[in-house]
Amino acid sequence: MSISIQNISKKYKNVQALQNITFEVQEGELFGLIGPDGAGKTTLFRLLTTLLVPNEGNATVADYNILKHIKEIRNSVGYMPGKFSLYQDLTIAENLTFFATIFGTTIEENYDLIEDIYVQIEPFKNRRAGALSGGMKQKLALCCALIHKPKVLFLDEPTTGVDPVSRKEFWEMLKRLKQKGITILVSTPYMDEASLCDRIALIQKGKILKIDSPDAIVEAYEKTIYEVATNQMHNLILDLKEFPSQYSVFAFGEFMHYIDKNDSFDMDVLRTFLHDKGHQNISIQKATATIEDVFMDL
Amino acid sequence: MENAQEKIIIVENLTKQFDHFTAVKGISFHVNKGEIFGFLGANGAGKTTAMKMLIGISNSTGGTANVAGFDVHTQSEEVKQNIGYMSQKFSMYDDLTVQENITFFGGIYGLSRKQIKTKTEELIAELQLGNIAKTKVGDLPLGWKQKLAFSVALLHEPKIVFLDEPTGGVDPITRRQFWELIYAEAHKGTTIFVTTHYMDEAEYCNRVSIMVDGVIEALDTPKKLKEQFQVNSMNEVFLKLARNIE
Amino acid sequence: MKRFIGFIKKEFYHIFRDKRSLFILFGMPVAQILLFGFAITNEINNVDIAVLDYARDTESQKIIQKIKASPYFHVENEIFNEKAIENEFKKGKVKAVVLFEKDFAKKLQTEKKATVQVITDATEPNVANTIANYTQSIIQNYQNQKNTTPKSNGVVIQSRMLYNPELKSVFNFVPGVMTVILMLVSAMMTSISITREKELGTMEILLVSPLKPFQVILGKVFPYIFLSVINAIVIVAMGYFIFGMPINGSIVLLAFESILFIITALSLGILISTISNTQQTAMMISLMGLMLPVIILSGFIFPIASMPLPMQVISNIIPAKWFIIIVKSIMLKGVGLEYILKETLILVGMTLLFIGLSIKNYKIRLE
Repeated sequence: MSISIQNISKKYKNVQALQNITFEVQEGELFGLIGPDGAGKTTLFRLLTTLLVPNEGNATVADYNILKHIKEIRNSVGYMPGKFSLYQDLTIAENLTFFATIFGTTIEENYDLIEDIYVQIEPFKNRRAGALSGGMKQKLALCCALIHKPKVLFLDEPTTGVDPVSRKEFWEMLKRLKQKGITILVSTPYMDEASLCDRIALIQKGKILKIDSPDAIVEAYEKTIYEVATNQMHNLILDLKEFPSQYSVFAFGEFMHYIDKNDSFDMDVLRTFLHDKGHQNISIQKATATIEDVFMDL
Repeated sequence: MENAQEKIIIVENLTKQFDHFTAVKGISFHVNKGEIFGFLGANGAGKTTAMKMLIGISNSTGGTANVAGFDVHTQSEEVKQNIGYMSQKFSMYDDLTVQENITFFGGIYGLSRKQIKTKTEELIAELQLGNIAKTKVGDLPLGWKQKLAFSVALLHEPKIVFLDEPTGGVDPITRRQFWELIYAEAHKGTTIFVTTHYMDEAEYCNRVSIMVDGVIEALDTPKKLKEQFQVNSMNEVFLKLARNIE
Repeated sequence: MKRFIGFIKKEFYHIFRDKRSLFILFGMPVAQILLFGFAITNEINNVDIAVLDYARDTESQKIIQKIKASPYFHVENEIFNEKAIENEFKKGKVKAVVLFEKDFAKKLQTEKKATVQVITDATEPNVANTIANYTQSIIQNYQNQKNTTPKSNGVVIQSRMLYNPELKSVFNFVPGVMTVILMLVSAMMTSISITREKELGTMEILLVSPLKPFQVILGKVFPYIFLSVINAIVIVAMGYFIFGMPINGSIVLLAFESILFIITALSLGILISTISNTQQTAMMISLMGLMLPVIILSGFIFPIASMPLPMQVISNIIPAKWFIIIVKSIMLKGVGLEYILKETLILVGMTLLFIGLSIKNYKIRLE
């Protein structure tokens, strides 16, 4: 077991940041912590990297106890905190060299691990980190966290504020790292990234709502979702909310995701209802649920 | 139909040259009154730079931009009177209460005491913030903060609101509630100019522009963009267009 | 060791890439020395005065000649009645009026006592005081010369200014500026540079790295020890070469004491950084909590002896006070360690206290 968490709770002055968290991450698994800001993701990372002490519970990381083996854990994990903690006034090469040195290694020694990430930023290696775009900072921060060949990699919201292209590239890198046997615990507020993990934990307000593989979570979702579109999407939300048996209405890209209270829901009744409200080009069809649908219904 | 619409932002050949590179390379586009305009682009594509020029806090080095009928270069004060702005990074003072923030921002835009009072009441009723009016903004969940910040940006009834990644990090439900606020405001005739990294949000816009490397590579309705690139979602449109160029 | 060197290298990159900190490090010492050396001074030179001589006899004229001959005064004009005095002061040019009473020489001879009044413009109290002292000493001097005849039996007061016979203020400000600069560089810069890592979030990574906390701290302060030593050398050299400040004592001892003080200040800086989370707080604490007391209570600008008693007591906890005493003793009096043992031990004690408190406050975790 690479990470094992048992009944961990953490309280700040008057905020319960984490409540009774228990889960395990297998060796070589890409595990996602999915939840919005303030869900307690960062607190969990800090507990696992020994930066904080839990009020209750215990955990092991790479078979080391987070309360007893602080030094060993710090030697065997790579940590990328929320805001790309780089030295803005050092260049790419200097940042990387620095992190290699303090971990007692060199860039050359573990170059194979970072190679395919580093080559993408190498052309700019003499540029200072402060002058890099979000995507490049993210890659550099990942290189820095990897340079000492950690067994477990903790990535706290590595893709926040990064554009979709860079995000996609980033996830591809994570997959390759996983193949090299590194256990990865990653958090993200983007629900669409959940499907890229082996298993995920949905977390909100310090509690774990669900843990499973993304597919299993979606499959286990029982409610039927209908995607609705008309020529007046803005009014559609308001009108759908007035439909007597509505359970929930959420905008979902080009469609509205509509869930009805009754199993005996008839699409035609809704179609007529919308037509009477003045909608045209009405399309209603069953949709497959996504992690985001599940999350919103928890 | 589009031709009949009033253009509220007209940008022609807008350029921003820094010492070593050109961040915005002569972009031209317009935004119609009352439309939700999505302004997308990869990190470092020049989005923020372009937006800063439009809201009058950064000078262009070439081209013209007319916002709400005023030239951003020569009439930036008038521009500022007619626009609202909300960014993800800074929206409100954490150490002031909800009410104090509203009063402060109302004051900045020259609202009278009476106007501020009625506006505050309206706002608190509309967002159902009654019991937190005296809570410090810093103690609110991010989603509420962002909703509140949006309303504050609308206090002086601007013609256009600029939203810079308003939903970053917000939970999925609040994110949608936020967009419902945007829809409602657009219905009142306010023009919305918004940037986002959530591609599903791009679908909610009337029209979307995608900036790549300082140039607008595509601009159309989400539907037409998807047809043009023969894909099913805006995410794919974006991935096709915005290769990571540095 | 390699880790440590890598760390220090990084610190130097930070310092040399930040123009602001470079300016504080190297611009400030030079600027302050020049400022204090040339502009802010207690000495007087060529001050304009006026003379009101009711006596107009040989004695009074001789004294006036003496005054005129001194480099301190320039007799701007002569006035003829007391009413004109105020007028002169109001015009602002004349800072003092020297008044000889009627029959000055005669009284001096018959009654062995005659009065010279020195009326000063005390809107600038320091200047007024100095003028009064200087005139007094000129007159006394004159008297002494006259009284060389063995017949004289009046008590003659002779005062001699030891260690600083010319009362040069440069001898006061070089130790003062050195103290202020070392405090600024060592305490403020280290506390800021440590809190910067906290603010950036890089401290999190450093904590999670195998670097030991004391290595992080040592790596942070080492560059500043080096830079502070350079600063101390620059200041002493400027005092010596530009302003002619003597170094009567042992340079080795001076260097040793300076390094001790630098370590005191650094440990204070570390202590500050353990209790503040942002660069801003660190800066505020350093400025308000260190710089002001150093300038006001250390005896650098205001003499401790003339402070009210509570202040004198408080001044004892200011490390800078002891360092100024040490520097002055070594440079001016040329004393050896045995004479400044008490001060040295006090500094050592303070340093140990600060380091102890820092270790107690230092967190290997975030909380």
